Amino acid sequence: MSNEATLHGHSEVTTTHDVHHDEHHGHHHKETFITKYVFSQDHKMIAKQFLITGIIWAIIGGLFSVLFRLQLGYPDQSFPILEDILGKWAAGGKIQPEFYYALVTMHGTVLVFFVLTAGLSGTFANFLIPLQVGARDMASPFMNMLSYWFFFIASMVMISSLFVQTGPASGGWTSYPPLSALGDASEGSKVGMDLWLVSMALFVVSSLLGGLNYVSTILNMRTKGMSMTRMPLTVWALFFTAVLGILSFPVLFSGFILLLFDRHAGTSFYLSDIFLASTQKALPNEGGSAILYQHLFWFLGHPEVYIILLPAMGMVSEILSTNARKPIFGYMAMIASMFAICVLAFLVWAHHMFVTGLNPFLGSFFVLLTLLIAVPSAIKVFNWLTTIWRGNLRFTPAMLFSLGFVSMFISGGLTGIFVGNSTLDIHLHDTYFVIAHFHIVMGVASFFGMFAGVYHWFPKMYGRYLNNTLAYIHFWITLVGAYLIFWPMHYQGLAGVPRRYLDFSGWASFNQFDGLNRFISIVSIIVFATQLLFVFNFFYSIFKGRRVTTQNPWGSATLEWTTPIRPGHGNWDGEIPEVHRWAYDYGKDGREFISQTEPVGANESKH
Amino acid sequence: MSTLLIIAILLLGFIVVFQIAKASEYVSVLKGEKKTFEQNNRINGFLLLAFLIVGLIGVYWCNELFKGKILGEAASDHGEKIDTMLYITIAITGIVFLVTQILLFVFAFKYQYSEKRTAFYYPHNNKLEVIWTVVPAIALTVLVGFGLYYWFKITGDAPKEANVVEITGKQFGWIYRYPGKDKVFGKKYYKDIDEGQLNQLGLKWDDKASHDDIVTNEALYMVVGKPVKLVINSRDVVHDVGLVHFRMKMDAVPGTPTTMWFTPKYTTAEMKEKTGNPDFEYEISCDQMCGKGHFSMKGIVKVVSNAEYILWLAKQKTNYAMSHPEEVKPAPAATADSTVTAAVNN
Repeated sequence: MSNEATLHGHSEVTTTHDVHHDEHHGHHHKETFITKYVFSQDHKMIAKQFLITGIIWAIIGGLFSVLFRLQLGYPDQSFPILEDILGKWAAGGKIQPEFYYALVTMHGTVLVFFVLTAGLSGTFANFLIPLQVGARDMASPFMNMLSYWFFFIASMVMISSLFVQTGPASGGWTSYPPLSALGDASEGSKVGMDLWLVSMALFVVSSLLGGLNYVSTILNMRTKGMSMTRMPLTVWALFFTAVLGILSFPVLFSGFILLLFDRHAGTSFYLSDIFLASTQKALPNEGGSAILYQHLFWFLGHPEVYIILLPAMGMVSEILSTNARKPIFGYMAMIASMFAICVLAFLVWAHHMFVTGLNPFLGSFFVLLTLLIAVPSAIKVFNWLTTIWRGNLRFTPAMLFSLGFVSMFISGGLTGIFVGNSTLDIHLHDTYFVIAHFHIVMGVASFFGMFAGVYHWFPKMYGRYLNNTLAYIHFWITLVGAYLIFWPMHYQGLAGVPRRYLDFSGWASFNQFDGLNRFISIVSIIVFATQLLFVFNFFYSIFKGRRVTTQNPWGSATLEWTTPIRPGHGNWDGEIPEVHRWAYDYGKDGREFISQTEPVGANESKH
Repeated sequence: MSTLLIIAILLLGFIVVFQIAKASEYVSVLKGEKKTFEQNNRINGFLLLAFLIVGLIGVYWCNELFKGKILGEAASDHGEKIDTMLYITIAITGIVFLVTQILLFVFAFKYQYSEKRTAFYYPHNNKLEVIWTVVPAIALTVLVGFGLYYWFKITGDAPKEANVVEITGKQFGWIYRYPGKDKVFGKKYYKDIDEGQLNQLGLKWDDKASHDDIVTNEALYMVVGKPVKLVINSRDVVHDVGLVHFRMKMDAVPGTPTTMWFTPKYTTAEMKEKTGNPDFEYEISCDQMCGKGHFSMKGIVKVVSNAEYILWLAKQKTNYAMSHPEEVKPAPAATADSTVTAAVNN
């Protein structure tokens, strides 16, 4: 394909359509606004829908954290403007306890599920899988569309729960019963909790529809020559992510259904021996186990961590290699370690439950298996380090975020060795140490992976670049800010400061961090504002960004860069390219990079 | 008004940053893409190194700042084990943290783009990969070994001589029960809870063992140097008995009693001296989200000498007596006191 052809816009591309007979492809000149932008079945458009919905959710979820950080940083001060906006939830300009708990619950739910699951793997699995394996679209574009729209409905239900009179769910993002099962135990466990459960159930449906599609596309729709071991690591990561989701989300779903039964059908799956002070009544339920829910929840909850992290790992591997102009080090070891993580992810859930009265002997197995995860994680880190060693690094914004990802992954991963060890978990469980740990390793690191992905593939998504200067500002403030926010929290955790406390003034053991709390709050507001700068850059650049003029701006070897600059539905004009080599021939035989589509030369060196 | 001002300043800041960013894009077009790229690359390469250095100084400084505010001496034998484990883990992970972060940022700085350099084609090396599979595995074996050794010590059976006390969480407070002279807790049933009758735990009065049980909301008393076993319950939702000074923690689950045990090392009075804080108290914090009062669900542990313990216990009225004021004749105070004195003297 000549370069010239690729410069042509979308409309001219259609002239070449008749030469091949791809069903979806043929349709696309009849597209209306509705079929192109709303009920689109083009994986690229669905990816953008996921991304933009994810961005909106991220702003909402981030805003929640700013609100509760205000309370934590300034527990004695009142902010009359909050009362104007939030009414009774901030009576007297102070955030009320019920509302504080609603905020932390929603912050967690939104960021874990709606942003870092749907927004991250929804976006990049949809966008990258067909483009990088050489498929015209997903195995089932219709199911793919449904996946987005189920997510959308889930989003609407969740949003609506913010406006009910008794408030949204407020039992923490884990929603442990009996608190979440009994409306009399907490305002947030009334209608808000029902809406939360319905929304999450719809979310699970969305996630399964998407996941099944990703797996079948990867297994069945790879182009000629694209063997499994020639796939870019992004696709491998997304593959494992989808498998994890498919196997674990149904368990969460079952847990939620049982909870719904306990709430409304009078069953006693999770309830036993309860006397509520608010009503002065004993409940009839006997024989249930509150711990059962925790098992069901964490059976998803732990793989969920990797559902969030693996796509970021995959994208970071790809971006580090591309911008180091050097192959990823230990490609097979990378796949093997992801596989190991994937398997272990299912065998460690009870490390969230060391202090629930779990049998200590059983707990010891979970300690062993949990710390075992550090081995594949270490392999990945050292492989990334070796990938940049003796490279020729280009610090594009995507590259910087990838380096930031590795730094965060190291910092957060190492603290996992603390909390995964049951002995230390006794002291650190449910303290700020845990907050620091999972925000760094799962929150910030995955966000860095997501930002890296957005900066790297934005030119492919929209045919334009994001503004570089804003990107650099975004990166540096976010990196420094994230460490300033979460690093000192480890110290609060070591001091035993419990999470989910909105005011420490009543505690002699925990009130020594007032200054620190204020500092963290100020930094988090600055970091949040910087994210808005990114959002602005994102939307501005969609319309006004510098145009992409070359087909392969990063000099990348993977297939998505062999498509036209603005690919139509169907991705390639003419034949789908054939693949002849793995995705990481950078700097081989003195050449900058060798595209996957180039046949292996007779004199080419072997590795 | 001030809020509006802040928002206005923020907006202005945004606009300024955006204008600069836009202008720099035009400048880069004028200067030529290659030159701009090289310049940006150098700046970011330098910043990465600077971040490493400033960051490591920051890590040290942060430690200096907070080390006095965390982890006072552990006040229980189990707490000491946990602290030892903590220091072992910090040592091992600290080394890994330093090595990997330094390598990451130094590599990034050192191998930044240069026209003269070509990247080294190095797709894999089995020997290296085996090394960094095996070495972390060994380090982790050490950590797992120590961890489980302490874990089984801490979670093993409580010694027979341990005092047994029951602690029950409710929204939002703690109820403590002592078994009384017979050292046996009377039966209870949650449907018999009746706060109006002062029966907070639903003790079954037809079980005689319940008659001498002492139920109080005041404090959890324990004897210094003597193992104490807590039987943990919840009346409504999941709570958690968090004892930060003893480094202990255990969930309170409705319907499923849990236990933990430890030996307190210092009395509350000793801790007042040690910390130099005359108001020092051992606090019980609820460490599991339990509703809107979660953050205020505080309890107090009083660690006292054996004599003080006996004295305190003897002064307590049994729950049975409180619930049945008409049945139990008020015991002559003098007798009670003399028994106590006798006990103390023994």
